[in-house]
Amino acid sequence: MKPQVKQLAGLLAACLLTGSVHAKLNIFACEPEWAALTRELAGEHATVFAATHAGQDPHYVQAKPSLIAKLRSADLAVCTGAELETGWIPMLQRRARNPKVLPGKPGYFEATQQVVLLEKPAKLDRAEGDVHGDGNPHIQLDPRRVLEVAKALSSRLQQLDPGNKPAYESRLQDFVTQWNSSIERWQAQAEGLKGKRAVVHHREWVYLLDWLGIQRAGSLEPKPGIPPNMAHLADLKKQQADLIILSPANDTKPSAWLQEQTGTPVVVLPHTVGAVPNSDDLFGFFDEIIRRLSESVET
Amino acid sequence: MNRTLLHAAMVAALSFPVSAFSADSADIAELKRMILEMKRQHEQQIQALEQRVQQAEALAATAEETAQPTEGKIVAVEEQVQAKPRIGDNRFNPAISLVLQGGYASYSEDPEDFHLEGMPLGGEARLQDEGLALWETELTVSANVDNLFYGQATIGMHTHDGETETDVEEAFVDTLALPAGLGLRFGRFYSSVGYLNEKHTHVWDFADAPLAYQAFLGGQYRDDGIRASWIAPLDELFVEVGAETLRGDNYPGGGNSGDFGAVQNLFAKVGGDIGPDNSWQLGVSRMDVDVDDRSAGGHAHDHGGESPSFNGDSDLTVLDAVWKTDLGGERALIFQGEYFWRDEDGQVSLSEGAGDALFDYDGDQDGGYLQGIFQFNRQWRAGLRYDRLSADNDLTMVSNTTGEADDDIFEESGYQSSNGDPDRWATMVDWSPSEFSRLRLQYARDDSREDTDDQVYLQYIMTLGAHGAHQY
Repeated sequence: MKPQVKQLAGLLAACLLTGSVHAKLNIFACEPEWAALTRELAGEHATVFAATHAGQDPHYVQAKPSLIAKLRSADLAVCTGAELETGWIPMLQRRARNPKVLPGKPGYFEATQQVVLLEKPAKLDRAEGDVHGDGNPHIQLDPRRVLEVAKALSSRLQQLDPGNKPAYESRLQDFVTQWNSSIERWQAQAEGLKGKRAVVHHREWVYLLDWLGIQRAGSLEPKPGIPPNMAHLADLKKQQADLIILSPANDTKPSAWLQEQTGTPVVVLPHTVGAVPNSDDLFGFFDEIIRRLSESVET
Repeated sequence: MNRTLLHAAMVAALSFPVSAFSADSADIAELKRMILEMKRQHEQQIQALEQRVQQAEALAATAEETAQPTEGKIVAVEEQVQAKPRIGDNRFNPAISLVLQGGYASYSEDPEDFHLEGMPLGGEARLQDEGLALWETELTVSANVDNLFYGQATIGMHTHDGETETDVEEAFVDTLALPAGLGLRFGRFYSSVGYLNEKHTHVWDFADAPLAYQAFLGGQYRDDGIRASWIAPLDELFVEVGAETLRGDNYPGGGNSGDFGAVQNLFAKVGGDIGPDNSWQLGVSRMDVDVDDRSAGGHAHDHGGESPSFNGDSDLTVLDAVWKTDLGGERALIFQGEYFWRDEDGQVSLSEGAGDALFDYDGDQDGGYLQGIFQFNRQWRAGLRYDRLSADNDLTMVSNTTGEADDDIFEESGYQSSNGDPDRWATMVDWSPSEFSRLRLQYARDDSREDTDDQVYLQYIMTLGAHGAHQY
């Protein structure tokens, strides 16, 4: 055998075997918030890849080549579910040739399957905009639901990597303790927000509002996923509201117009981990949300 | 008032058949009482259910605050979720989507005369019917068959020259669980040749196929066969290599000439990301076709005679490249190009008048397209595309009993390459109010024939039912 051929054969063998040799769990997280949660719960026992970043709308992602390659070698995919990734995850699952992460397998985890969802539509009609049949998928904005997801995700990690079960258990204990005390702190800081009325840009904030007891006075989008228009904004002017909430991904013009017309303050909140500075982990994410919200109603 | 009327109507409706046996008013009164009782019970049940839903929501909202992590509890959460009941056969219904495509087409030249000199058109290669028309109606049904297979079928309905044709566009099975990154597809499917060929027309960026697709793939090539492919276990780079063997019933094939298919296609794709906002893919494919009696081209409709028939080999090589850049917000830039090179070798026969002609044909053709799409936001996009083709064919007469001059036969067959290379500029703008609807206006200046053809399309694409896949 020529040396080059030997090298090539060795490389090929190495390629074929990599699936079984590496010790760390290879985790494909659909959104930054689940990447952050997985890092909290798995620590050094997993390599976590975030398929999308905060600047992308996770609904409009394409099944691009790099994602196929990443899912091909994943041991676990952690996604939101509730049809948020319906345009790309099913396609990736079919293309990636990785039976471990197919629906129904332990290697495919949907966060929305672990909690009770709000805004489950009574009827499914696309005339109502971009509605999700299983309910609103943006559960990362309620820390109580994040906690539920954390518990289920940790037991999934323990199931997939039983050798490191004690490590996952102790990481979960630590996370739960810290998270519960953080929730208490956030709730105390946000006490003054209870009963306030908020206009939102897109209807992704329902879980945050529900948690903090803020009422939704309306949304800038006339229907989910349908861009704001003047007629609808003019209607919104009549709504009494204390603040307007949008994410850094939203167009700022509609909210700026409404602020000019009504004097209602606008607050830009991170909709996911890393969407604004100082929100690079889950704790920072909620710290930043609460800080920005509190400031907006004080001024 | 309305309710009383409703009750009266219900009682009347119920009592009508009963009255055939007994018109006793006591019976009617009894029935009425029963109905009222049922109504009262239903209202109570609904109230009780509403209360339970409210309680459950309140519970869900407060449960976490008091939750203390214990191992037993955590396991219970997981098991409870997995045991969620899925009731009824309907839950297993496949995903169904219906795509409606149609529009208005206008040409300054006769669309029936559309041809490319030296590259006789076959398959579905043609221009859309002029005027307002349905273009294509596609019904797609898909689902995982079980843990091993995925199945998908597309039934297409087209109207051409007033005739409605229904055909099975695609009907294939994919394996889901083969080891080591291997996968098989079998049935009828769009071949993995080039970039655009595998995509259904409703996700194309322009209203029509590139000229190279018209010339070399009969519009779009699909056939019955089997594909095997492998995806390399690389972390950062997508690498897929595969092979297909297909019957060769459709253009560029010309009839099935063996057990193992007349069309063999080898392909490779490489792709990845550069930074968080750029993605790319390169592809190469090589399709060898054993052509048996492929009828294509010719100015047959002028004479009512048969199309010329080609026997021989046809080898097609395609290079394709795609680059996509997210510009932030909802803006994006997409560049895409494909280059085709074809070598054909064999004999062409045709009948003309009382006699036949047979000539040797050695074809050397190439061409492709380049396009750029700019996405302004989620709803608006604009695009520009340039097409170019070139043919250099050697024709040598073997026998000619038609009584016409050899050069006339060559010219009429459509196999004679001309000096002018076909080219076309196209520009489009489209508006997608939602992910499920799109309206497109396209203008093209087509210089593929002697006279420039100004082509205008106004197209609609509507998707009903299942959410489509965001294919790269």
